[in-house]
Amino acid sequence: MSNYPLNPKLFDDDVLQEPIRLGFGRGLKEAGQSNEDIVALCADLTESTQVHLFAEAFPERFIQVGIAEQNLVAVASGLASVGKIPFASSYAAFNPGRNWEQIKTTIALNDQPVKIVASHAGVGVGPDGATHQMLEDIALMRVMPNMVVVVPGDSIEAQKATLAISNNNKPSYLRLARPKTPVFSTLESPFEVGVAYVLRDGSDVSLFGTGIMTYQLLIAANILAENGINAEVVHVPTIKPLDIDTILASARKTGRVVTAEEAQIIGGLGGAIAEILGENLPTPLLRVGIDDRYGESGEPMELLDHFGLTGKHIAKKVEDFVQHKSQYHREY
Amino acid sequence: MGVKLSAIQLQQKANIIREDIILMLEAAGSGHSAGSLGLADILSALYFNIMNIDPKDPNWPDRDIFLLSNGHTVPVQYAAMAEAGYFEKSELMTLRKLGSRLQGHPERTKLPGLENTSGPLGSGLSQAAGMAYAFQYLDDAKHRFVYTVMGDGELDEGNVWEAAMFAGKYKLSQLIAIIDRNNIQIDGNTEDVMPLEDLRGKWESFGWHVIEIDGHNMESIIDAASIARAITNRPSVIIAHTIPGKGVDFMEYDYKWHGIAPNSEQAREALIKLHTLDGKINLGDNLR
Repeated sequence: MSNYPLNPKLFDDDVLQEPIRLGFGRGLKEAGQSNEDIVALCADLTESTQVHLFAEAFPERFIQVGIAEQNLVAVASGLASVGKIPFASSYAAFNPGRNWEQIKTTIALNDQPVKIVASHAGVGVGPDGATHQMLEDIALMRVMPNMVVVVPGDSIEAQKATLAISNNNKPSYLRLARPKTPVFSTLESPFEVGVAYVLRDGSDVSLFGTGIMTYQLLIAANILAENGINAEVVHVPTIKPLDIDTILASARKTGRVVTAEEAQIIGGLGGAIAEILGENLPTPLLRVGIDDRYGESGEPMELLDHFGLTGKHIAKKVEDFVQHKSQYHREY
Repeated sequence: MGVKLSAIQLQQKANIIREDIILMLEAAGSGHSAGSLGLADILSALYFNIMNIDPKDPNWPDRDIFLLSNGHTVPVQYAAMAEAGYFEKSELMTLRKLGSRLQGHPERTKLPGLENTSGPLGSGLSQAAGMAYAFQYLDDAKHRFVYTVMGDGELDEGNVWEAAMFAGKYKLSQLIAIIDRNNIQIDGNTEDVMPLEDLRGKWESFGWHVIEIDGHNMESIIDAASIARAITNRPSVIIAHTIPGKGVDFMEYDYKWHGIAPNSEQAREALIKLHTLDGKINLGDNLR
């Protein structure tokens, strides 16, 4: 049974909405207060990545590198190798979009505890369009040995995730979204790297979400319940290491799996769960996300709607899926 | 920190390093000959005179740092480290072999004494700048210097100039870059593949103190490092003019030797050339 404390106002019109990146900004400042080894670097996007909260509190530990993302992460590698815990932030489109090889060689293979913080991921960037809507980063980062990949679901969780990766002593990737999104967790909700959380118990289908999509899955589950479908909702904030036990337990229980992410379904959360189901527990699977195409300009919510990523659209897809796929899983 | 060797002793060390490079590359059957041989004098000077290091305590907190940015020349670093006592010289013959700590390009997590992981070009200066930044601004470690060797072909990489701008902005005076100016890269001469000149002017315009030397002259190498350490308001770059393949006449100046290893016949010939090198350079009577 789920004992995850959800925001009691979750389904109210006046539910608290905040940018996930703001939670990171608060978390980084909090981490900086308790640990003097923490330093922050930014590539000319200090305010929009929310690093300014740290920079204003600890100017002597903030390093401006300019628009140079390759240098951003390689300098961070050097800082880490002499004992610092660097948070290197920019937009996901450039970090890791521009500097993937430097991250691989100087941070992941080199095993330095640099924290790559990628704000403005997903189509939720909005009007800036496809060049700035990073959709491939989950796949890019989770394929990298040694790398921890975390995609918080709301601002409160982003704050906890920032604190958690600040002392895990590992190369880590934190994926953040730009727009205000509903806060579904509470200060009391648990967060641990590597753990997935059952937010809602169900028996007909398992809905696995990461990042802002988890809220949309909770909305979808409400709609599905009205139509007689009892959906389990599992929040997967850590893509790597993946909480295989929780995912398999839910899939074993419901016999149908849906994944949802604001990213390419190829290689993303959908790809990751398909891999572990294929190897351990073949189960009918529907992957919701961006299906092998680029984004485009529009307002954030307009784009989520356009790409079928809102609760209403997801409920429809899940309903079709449940009607056409019988509950099945095969144990090996 | 051991005794700082004299110029003549450093030349002798450099020749031992060169012989080891030939033996290692022959045993490995692949690897980069020209750049490794060309850097032997500089690495000898760094490991046996310039740097404050303790091979018996590779993580000594007060040590200077050496980063090889052009990781493909790592045979010269392995040979210098073994000669300095970081590990047994017999291990040199495991270069590039399965299970070896001596990977084809340097990996920090494999071998104590390596400070970074490199191979893909252009990032070593950034890593060195990060360390120098920490020493200058965060740790109050003004006594520690960061030395990094880059290839000249490597300077084609944009990342190098991002780092150059960064180090210039923050006046990272404990950062000392050394460019192995041997004028070759895989596809040919640097000025044909992608011209680098005016190289001095480029670095000066990025806010660096530039020193140009003969990269095979021990006194020049040691003096340049001393000057670089004495410059307290800018990072320094030493443009070291070297001969690729130095010491083995049939490899010298020939870009074809950038990325290949000698076969056994070529290795034997190379060792003969190196054995007679002390006839070409003045080692002093006491070392003969």
